[in-house]
Amino acid sequence: MLSVADLKKGAKLTLDGDPYVVTAFDFVKPGKGQALYKCKLKNMISGVILDRTYRSGENFEPAKLEEKDMEYLYKEGTHYTFMDQQSYEQVVMEEEAVGDAKNFLLENTKVSILLFGEKPIGVTLPNFINLRVTQTDPWVKGDTSGSDSKPATLETGYVLRVPPFIEEGELVVIDTRNGEYSTRVK
Amino acid sequence: MQTIRSFFTERGFLEVETPVRIPANAPEEHIDPVFALPWQLQTSPEICMKRLLCRGYERIFQISRCWRADERGSRHLTEFTMLEWYRSNADYDDLMADCNGLLAMIASVCMPDGLFRHKTDTINPNAPWLRISVQEAFLRFAGVDALTALQKGLFDDLLTDLVEPALAKFEVPVLLVDYPRQLAALARIKPDNPLFAERFELYLAGVELANGFSELTDPDEQRFRFIECNQKRVSAGKQPLPLPEKFLAEMSAMPPAAGIALGIDRLVMLTIGAKTIDYVVAFTPEEL
Repeated sequence: MLSVADLKKGAKLTLDGDPYVVTAFDFVKPGKGQALYKCKLKNMISGVILDRTYRSGENFEPAKLEEKDMEYLYKEGTHYTFMDQQSYEQVVMEEEAVGDAKNFLLENTKVSILLFGEKPIGVTLPNFINLRVTQTDPWVKGDTSGSDSKPATLETGYVLRVPPFIEEGELVVIDTRNGEYSTRVK
Repeated sequence: MQTIRSFFTERGFLEVETPVRIPANAPEEHIDPVFALPWQLQTSPEICMKRLLCRGYERIFQISRCWRADERGSRHLTEFTMLEWYRSNADYDDLMADCNGLLAMIASVCMPDGLFRHKTDTINPNAPWLRISVQEAFLRFAGVDALTALQKGLFDDLLTDLVEPALAKFEVPVLLVDYPRQLAALARIKPDNPLFAERFELYLAGVELANGFSELTDPDEQRFRFIECNQKRVSAGKQPLPLPEKFLAEMSAMPPAAGIALGIDRLVMLTIGAKTIDYVVAFTPEEL
C-alpha cells in the first residue's frame, strides 16, 4: 500500500480499477489546519485527468505496471496482436490503446508493451525505426519553387514530409517520438 | 535579515535565543514535531518565549529554526526559519500595526519598486490593508457560515479552495481576523463573541505569511485546551503529545500579551518573487 507520503509527480496508483499517474502534486496546509495533498491524476488508459485532494492517513493501491519486450505479429480489424519474446504468449490490443505507434508497426517490429496487471495499455517503440518509402513524387532537378520537403507514403501507410531527394523504394529513418523524418539509410 | 533586526531593535525589542530542543511543544491537532529523543525539536519558539514574558521581559523577538514533521510542498519545508515576536500589555491589533510597519520598511529598503511579488501578482504594502473577518470571508467567498463549515469538517478545504484564492486577488496585504475558537488553541476568546478568538493570519497574494493572536493567559483554560487537542489527535489515530508543564506552572505570572510567528522563507519568496520555497534555501531536503 502507498500512503500520502508516497504521492509525488510520477507516482502511479490504482483508482476504481484503473491505473493513474500523478501529473501534478502539491502539499497545502493552512495555518494550524490539516494537511491536504492536492493531486492531478491522469488515467493511463483513457487519458482523463482528475483533480483529487487527499488527507493524512489515506492509503492507495499502487498500480501494478510491468514492461515486457514483445514482437508485433499482425492486425485484425482494430485488434493488434503482439507476442511475448520469452513466454511466447500473445496479447491483443485495441487500436485506441496502440495510439500513434500504429503508424510505425511492421510485422516482427520489436516493441515494449506496458501491462497493467494482464491488460496491455501502452506500446513503446524504439526511438528510431527504418521504414521503406512506397510512394513519393520524383524530384525535378533544378526545381526552384523553394519547397524543401514533399509528401511521402511509407510501407505502413503513414504519410509524412521528406526532403525532395528521397526516392520511392528508399529506406528512411523515422523518429517515432515525433513521427518525423530523421535521415535516409544508405 | 538586517532590516528585520533593526526594525525591532529600533522599537525597543530585545533579540533572544531559546533552546530549539525542548521537552514539549504546545500540542497542536495538526502539527507533528520532529523527535530528538527523549525530547523534540521546536515547532515554534513560543513556549520558551512566553516563559520569558512570564519572567518580565516585555518586548522580545527571535529568529530561529523550526521543524514540523512531514510538511513539504511548494510553500512548506520540514526545517524552516521563523520570526516570532511578543509584546506585553498588547493585543492582536498592535501586532497588525507591527506587521504593517515591518513590511513597509522591508519594501522600501529591499525592493526598488516597493512591491512584493508572487507569480504574476504584485502587492503594495503601503496602500491601505484589507482587514476581513473569517466569518465575513467565508460568507462572501465560499457562500457558507464559517462555523457550519467547521462543523462539517470542510473548513480547511473551503479555505484553500475558495477563500485563499479570493484573497490572492487583492493587491494589498490581507488580514484575516477572528478565527473560530476551536482553531485558536492558544488565543484569547473575543470579549464580545465567545465563538471566535482573537487570532489573525496575514496573507500576501494568497500566501499565508504570519499567524498572530492575543495570548490566552489562563493556565486552567490552557491546560483544558491542550488536553482537548490531544483528544482530537488520539481520535485521528495520532499519538498524544506531552504537555509543556513548566510553562503551564509559570503561566499565572504571564501579563496580557500578544505574539506572532512569521515565516521568513515565505517572506523572502515574496520579496524576490520566487515561485516556490525551494528557491530561497541553499539546500532542499531532497538535495541532502
